[in-house]
Amino acid sequence: MTAIPITVQTVLFAIFAALTVGAAICVVTSRNLFHTALWLVLALFGLAALYMLLEAPFIAGLQLFIYIGGIAVLIVMVIMVSRQVMHPTEKSVNEPLTALVTALLVLAGVVWMIVQIPWPKEPLHPAQDNLLALGQALVDPGKFVAPFEITSLLLLVVLLGAIYIAKER
Amino acid sequence: MTFWAFIADFFVNVGAWLNDLLLGWGLTPFWATLILRVLGGLILATIPLLATLFFIWYARKIVARIQDRIGPNNSGVFNGPYGLLQSFADAIKILTKELIIPEGADVVIFVLAPVLMVAMSLAVWAVLPFGPSGMQGVDLNIGIFYILAISSASLFTMLMGGWSSRNKYADVGAFRAASLLISYEIPQMLSLLAPVMLAGTLSMQGLIQAQSVPFFIALPIPALIFFLAITAEIGRLPFELAEADAEIVAGYQTEYSGMMFGAFYLGEFINNFTVALIFVMLFWSGWRGPGVEAVPILGIFWLMLKTMIVVTVLFAFWAAMPRMRIDHILNFNWKFLTPLALVTVVVIAIADRLIRDAGITSAWGQAGLLFLTNVLIALGTYGLLYLAGKRQQRRLAARRFATLNLTSPEGENAG
Repeated sequence: MTAIPITVQTVLFAIFAALTVGAAICVVTSRNLFHTALWLVLALFGLAALYMLLEAPFIAGLQLFIYIGGIAVLIVMVIMVSRQVMHPTEKSVNEPLTALVTALLVLAGVVWMIVQIPWPKEPLHPAQDNLLALGQALVDPGKFVAPFEITSLLLLVVLLGAIYIAKER
Repeated sequence: MTFWAFIADFFVNVGAWLNDLLLGWGLTPFWATLILRVLGGLILATIPLLATLFFIWYARKIVARIQDRIGPNNSGVFNGPYGLLQSFADAIKILTKELIIPEGADVVIFVLAPVLMVAMSLAVWAVLPFGPSGMQGVDLNIGIFYILAISSASLFTMLMGGWSSRNKYADVGAFRAASLLISYEIPQMLSLLAPVMLAGTLSMQGLIQAQSVPFFIALPIPALIFFLAITAEIGRLPFELAEADAEIVAGYQTEYSGMMFGAFYLGEFINNFTVALIFVMLFWSGWRGPGVEAVPILGIFWLMLKTMIVVTVLFAFWAAMPRMRIDHILNFNWKFLTPLALVTVVVIAIADRLIRDAGITSAWGQAGLLFLTNVLIALGTYGLLYLAGKRQQRRLAARRFATLNLTSPEGENAG
């Protein structure tokens, strides 16, 4: 194993990785639900910064836009309308063993996946415009057009379903 | 280099001169670049803060004129011409005020919220181009998307402020801010797609380079939708729900005092300036104008001139518009703006493709045909609204008729 050189990239990576992991730990240890949500936002933000360091600004933007601007906002809204958020009196999880087993299984799965995948060691297209490559890959019949269209169809169905459920009858 | 040539591209030349100076002192290029970047960032972040002082005065003057008053004109030692220095007096006053943190508030979040608000509104400035080359923090290839992402994330500062105050008005204000921002984000994003499609890029500089004809000529409907969406985003009247002072005190800012309130106010005015800049950059050709090719620094002048016009309209809205009810605002968004934006995006995409396939390459020709497409969409929308209005009228008339027949004669006037 070679020594990791200390450059701006590695220092920034260390900072943001520590931020992400630290915030993620706080998400599960914090007692206050609202604080938990804010720590989650910080963790998501750290992840966006890591994407930025990987020279994938579009993915970083998506991370900010969808996870923080969309999902985290929804989580916070739900927490804000729940009662007794400021004074949690009872433990929210009463099955620590089940939780532990589930968490360990998920961890094992993720670790197995990380070990299995042959990660590329070099940047894929060093000189190419990443955004352009992504856009073309999404509409290229030889690449991802089918998954892309199926995903859009799925989202449309979800949208229609939401409207149907919410419709007053 | 002559004096005038130096002035013509002032900021780029100063940057190059400083770079040479730092290298001359024996610094490595890495450190020279780092120092210049930090310096540039500080200057870039200071401009909107100082501009806010001017804009507060400007807003007060415009509102005052519309309400047949003179506005700030006498502030003691700080009395400049036309009360120009009024904002300095206000700023110093607000700095000396006590910071009151309500009992039971979540102190850390309560204090963090206004700080983050200002930070978020400044973060957008990193990608705004102020001139042809060099006069920009960084030309990200996702420029406009970055701006959207930051502004959607900045909603969090309002939620944080509203929630941590533990005040019902603050809570309601935060909810209103969230529902308003989440809903108006959708037409905003859809209307943005039109210029992005025409320019073929997300980079702010690229979007401006593509506008040899300003996009508001080719895309009047997306420009209008975007303008309404940004008005809602900064919470100006008629979309001023989040801090409707006649209903919920001051919304999520209710419990804030002193400079913490000042920071929210500051963030609001910076956002005001920023969205006007973004509108000008997307639809009104940004820094482009006569003579910019020869004298790049003129770009700032044209950009600011156009931005001032947009800001003036926003401030005039503030003084002249009524406050719409929340369900009206949300209905207007979901049932009118969003479908219209969706249809416009699809139609413009097809029209643009057809125009290009037809071999029309002149910028004015393309813009003219797209303008016609927009006119057709507008006519179609008007027709649909007209039919819907007729239908509504018929339904009301039928209901009135039904009540007339059901009730006794004295109930006749009740309908």
